[in-house]
Amino acid sequence: MSTLKTLNGNQTIAEAVRQIDPDVLAAYPITPSTAIVETIAKFKADGLITGEFVCPESEHSAMSVCIGSASAGGRVMTATASQGLALMWEMLYIAAGLRLPIIAAIVNRSLSAPINIHGDHSDTMGARDAGWIQIYSENCQEAYDNFIQAFRIAEHLDVRTPTLVGLDGFIISHSMEVIQVEDDQIVKEFVGEYQPVYPLLDTSRKFTVGPIDFTDYYFEHKRNQIEGIENAPPVIEQVGKEFGEKFGRAYGFFEEYRMDDAETCIVVMSSAAGTCKDAIDELREEGKRIGLLKPRVFRPFPDKKIAEALKNMNAVAVLDRCSSPGAFGAPLFTEIRNALYDYDQRPKVVNYVYGLGGRDIRVEHFKEVAEELDKIAGTGKVEKIYSYVNLRE
Amino acid sequence: MKKETWKELTIGTINLDAGNSVKNLTGTWRSGHKPEFIADNCIQCFFCWLYCPHFAILVEDEEVIGINYDYCTGCGMCAEECPSKEKSIVMVKEEIKLAEGGTT
Repeated sequence: MSTLKTLNGNQTIAEAVRQIDPDVLAAYPITPSTAIVETIAKFKADGLITGEFVCPESEHSAMSVCIGSASAGGRVMTATASQGLALMWEMLYIAAGLRLPIIAAIVNRSLSAPINIHGDHSDTMGARDAGWIQIYSENCQEAYDNFIQAFRIAEHLDVRTPTLVGLDGFIISHSMEVIQVEDDQIVKEFVGEYQPVYPLLDTSRKFTVGPIDFTDYYFEHKRNQIEGIENAPPVIEQVGKEFGEKFGRAYGFFEEYRMDDAETCIVVMSSAAGTCKDAIDELREEGKRIGLLKPRVFRPFPDKKIAEALKNMNAVAVLDRCSSPGAFGAPLFTEIRNALYDYDQRPKVVNYVYGLGGRDIRVEHFKEVAEELDKIAGTGKVEKIYSYVNLRE
Repeated sequence: MKKETWKELTIGTINLDAGNSVKNLTGTWRSGHKPEFIADNCIQCFFCWLYCPHFAILVEDEEVIGINYDYCTGCGMCAEECPSKEKSIVMVKEEIKLAEGGTT
């Protein structure tokens, strides 16, 4: 039986951790993810989890502990945010290269300077080429659901790729929501027993983990690694479907909201998608044929599926909660525009950067974007490909 | 030696042929100098054996007997550390040639 509980985003992650009870939890507290680590520490002190809880001297060490423990053969997780993820940087690539299915809850927060503790996607978007699967959540319920599914996806024998689940700093991590918490036993069964691949603690076989490659093998090993994340889509689909059958909330690569007869579309991830839905509802009442596409899986990027969903639009606005200084647009925009390139008939696509350092994005801001989309759809002309939302100019 | 394609490799860079670094003949890295062992001067202090980064000091019956040139990179540490009054390891010039079977 599932129960309704009032929890904030950090507590929902901790709740899922308690239910899954991984072998090793290594983390260093950092705002706004501190409460995840704090709650796990309390669970450990209260004897509610059996896994080892390690609190090392930094996030770099926390990810190193994860890598060592996962190599030893354990089911392993961490949680961090912002500068913490940045400090893990070199270890992220090693986790991916060694194909260790480590799970990380990342409470999305801006990067310094200037120092700021609020939510944006600069941290995980910066890590987009680290080789990790990336899944983003709109609210506490999705954070809980995504976190549980992440274990199944990462640990699948065809995938074996570390996976991070993003939830927006403060907007999700610190906001209370009534969520459906599933039964401990059923969650455990859904996640299943962990099957280590070449665990170092298996002393009956001799092998080397993390050897040096010269120019003659590095390239082949990297290509071998890429295969893991490329095998992920059918697994993500299957796990999302099974999750729906078991718990009544099915998941795919993205959510389409009022897209059936839409002519224009706003693409936005995470918590802002919730606000966008309200804006879409109001715009629909005004007779505007507009919809929302909310990406959930950013890595591996579901390029064909997203392109198919968007190809018939007249105009699309992609909203990124991070900047990519000097690039031709922010990350989500460049992926989507690129995915549409091969279609003869394709929409005009523009990019908006919003919400850096936790700056609000409200219904009226989405309406401003919608108005611009209307103009583009009407004239077929784009004045500005790249602009900002709710910025003093 | 045939090298595997990316599909033939074990997941996660796992190397099931543990200990295969013996096939990596680091002696091919020497570039013009090699250590020469002078047995008559040697006091059997084992400093060279201790400092050698490639385990290239040959030992037999608990005595240093020479250098394993398959693995000696010619770094010169053994000669530098040798404390005997008359050096028992000295660096000498050698013609550069690639040994067979080296990986890089």
